[in-house]
Amino acid sequence: MTGTRLPAAQLRPGETAEPAYIADRAVTDQDSAPPMVQFLDANGRLAVDPAYNGYSGGTGPERLKQLYRDMYLLRRFDQESTALQRQGELALWVPLTGQEAAQIGSGRALQSQDYAFPTYREHGVALTRGVRPAQILGLFRGITNGGWDPREYNFHLYTLVLAAQTLHAVGYAMGIQRDGLADPDLPPAASVAYFGDGASSEGDVHESMVFAASFNSPVVFFCQNNHWAISVPSSVQTRVPLAQRAEGYGFPGIRVDGNDVLAVEAVTNWALERARSGGGPVLIEAFTYRMSAHTTADDPSKYRLTEDEAQWHPKDPLARLEKHLRSSGKAEEDYFDALTDEAKTMASELRRDVLAMTAPSLKERFASVYAEPHPLIQEELKSWQDYESGFVDAGAGDR
Amino acid sequence: MTTMTIAKAINAGLRTALTDDPKVLLMGEDIGELGGVYRVTEGLKREFGSMRVVDTPLAESGIIGTAIGLALRGYRPVCEIQFDGFVFPGFNQITTQLAKMRTRSDGMLSVPVVIRIPYGGGIGSVEHHSESPEALFAHTAGLRIITPSNPHDAYWMIQQAVTSQDPVIVFEPKRRYWLKGEVDTSQPAGDPFTAHVLRQGTDATILAYGPLVPVALAAAAAAAEDGHSVEVIDLRSISPIDFDTITSSVTKTGRLIVAHEAPIFGGIGGEIAARISERAFLSLQAPVIRVGGFHMPYPIARVEDQYLPDIDRLLDALDRSFAY
Repeated sequence: MTGTRLPAAQLRPGETAEPAYIADRAVTDQDSAPPMVQFLDANGRLAVDPAYNGYSGGTGPERLKQLYRDMYLLRRFDQESTALQRQGELALWVPLTGQEAAQIGSGRALQSQDYAFPTYREHGVALTRGVRPAQILGLFRGITNGGWDPREYNFHLYTLVLAAQTLHAVGYAMGIQRDGLADPDLPPAASVAYFGDGASSEGDVHESMVFAASFNSPVVFFCQNNHWAISVPSSVQTRVPLAQRAEGYGFPGIRVDGNDVLAVEAVTNWALERARSGGGPVLIEAFTYRMSAHTTADDPSKYRLTEDEAQWHPKDPLARLEKHLRSSGKAEEDYFDALTDEAKTMASELRRDVLAMTAPSLKERFASVYAEPHPLIQEELKSWQDYESGFVDAGAGDR
Repeated sequence: MTTMTIAKAINAGLRTALTDDPKVLLMGEDIGELGGVYRVTEGLKREFGSMRVVDTPLAESGIIGTAIGLALRGYRPVCEIQFDGFVFPGFNQITTQLAKMRTRSDGMLSVPVVIRIPYGGGIGSVEHHSESPEALFAHTAGLRIITPSNPHDAYWMIQQAVTSQDPVIVFEPKRRYWLKGEVDTSQPAGDPFTAHVLRQGTDATILAYGPLVPVALAAAAAAAEDGHSVEVIDLRSISPIDFDTITSSVTKTGRLIVAHEAPIFGGIGGEIAARISERAFLSLQAPVIRVGGFHMPYPIARVEDQYLPDIDRLLDALDRSFAY
């Protein structure tokens, strides 16, 4: 091309205008807001999205009170855990305030045969799977890196290396496909990969979506876009709405109001049913906001304005459902009173259980590295026990 | 007894594993239709179908990560990484997930994933196709690492890797894929995590593994012409290491040469030298001498003959040991 003069190269040839997200770097995914599925608006007005109505878990008083209870207890659990951390009983806590609807809505859409792979903030999903509140805190108290038997709850352990679990979810879904071929009587199942807007930049999310699409695996990618990866806003992770990325892989992506538990439940029900019945993967972007810090070691005042946070207060997932329950007369005062008492009991039981948790010995850690006997482990354990037994005030290996 | 190449022996071992357990499946790049770039999985897709011999997308993290998910669902995936130097996109999944899953779950979860990696140089290839990254994995608790050096071991060790409840990395000596040998399909090769004494000797021990085992045997034969009786040990397992076998050999011979293609610095040889100095200090007539790669990225093909340990380098090491 030496010596050849190229025409100015701004627009794609034949194009007269560029999409806003390309043309204007100031446009973020929030601004370009594609339509979001919503059932319950911030003011508590219920307007069921007709497209997803068939997948709703119901909007009757009992169902709504159940979902509100889930979210209320979850918030109380979150507050108690934060308090436990502040009092030195937990090394760290990862709050989820603001994301209750995204987690309860999606968690309640899961059926028992489905299997979820969380990152490390999915306390709400954990509770919907039956994991006991205190079990979730073992990791943060430093007595385990897990805390429950995943096979008992079909809920995997927290994964701290972001996005690694998205591939596990796809592999698990590939296993579901094979099991289905071997035994057609098995109930159809799907797996769910939880991740966030920050993790969406990780290569493993890309690879997991490629694998899922190639093998048409029954997996739902559930992205909680809470707008912040510690201090970095989601606009740094993506120039397009995250849900839109699914198109590039060849499966549907849907943005749902992540603060609307009813819409989240309906959309997840649809996506799971599609996956279970052989339709392949779906990406759900739950549009929400991390109202609190990344962890108890974080200070959001260093990187975001209180005005920004304030914009999300009126969209609170609990407040909007409470408004609806009260204004529609679906719940009376005694329901809320009883719930307050239940939460208080749950919190005090949680506190009691956490304080009773003691660390296993180092000796036990040697036992869980390998499944089968290992000479180096045996040798090091013995030498450590010999060393320990040299102290007059301690029994061998029991410290 | 059947005569096979190492490649055919692994193929036969995988076929047996697939036949014995419907939960076993193979996955990797080009392993199905093509049978792998080294044809190690040739014919297996035709025999077992695409749900059990899976041509994956070209993504190593994806291969290992989905294998972990399959293992959590009860499967026994055997992953092929096409070349040693291409394992690194999957390094995160191997070290932070595969190796740690059992500990993370306090011993509740097993992830019996096998990762096959053709490794080592001597094939005159381009960058990333001739490396020996075993020490990086040996440093990671939770993994087991084995490397066969002959067809009989290859046939059995791949099957033993598949039945292990722990994750196992099988480093396959790619320049020996066409090495022929007797395979006794009725006689298992014994515990895969032990070393084998291949040649008895009294004056010195050469310890090698994978592609350097034939070199060690040739060096011992050459040394015998000079009147030195050299014992040769095939390490077979890089993690765990069978220090008992090495110690008893060194206690007898008093001299140890450790040879591997991987760079000496931070390599397996250093770990063995340290352990043997702890276990057999008073038996040693000379320091443990390491023969291996230099502290440089694997060199260009035109000079790899000078880089790779050969018979002369081993004989030189023996001379230095005897000179003490």
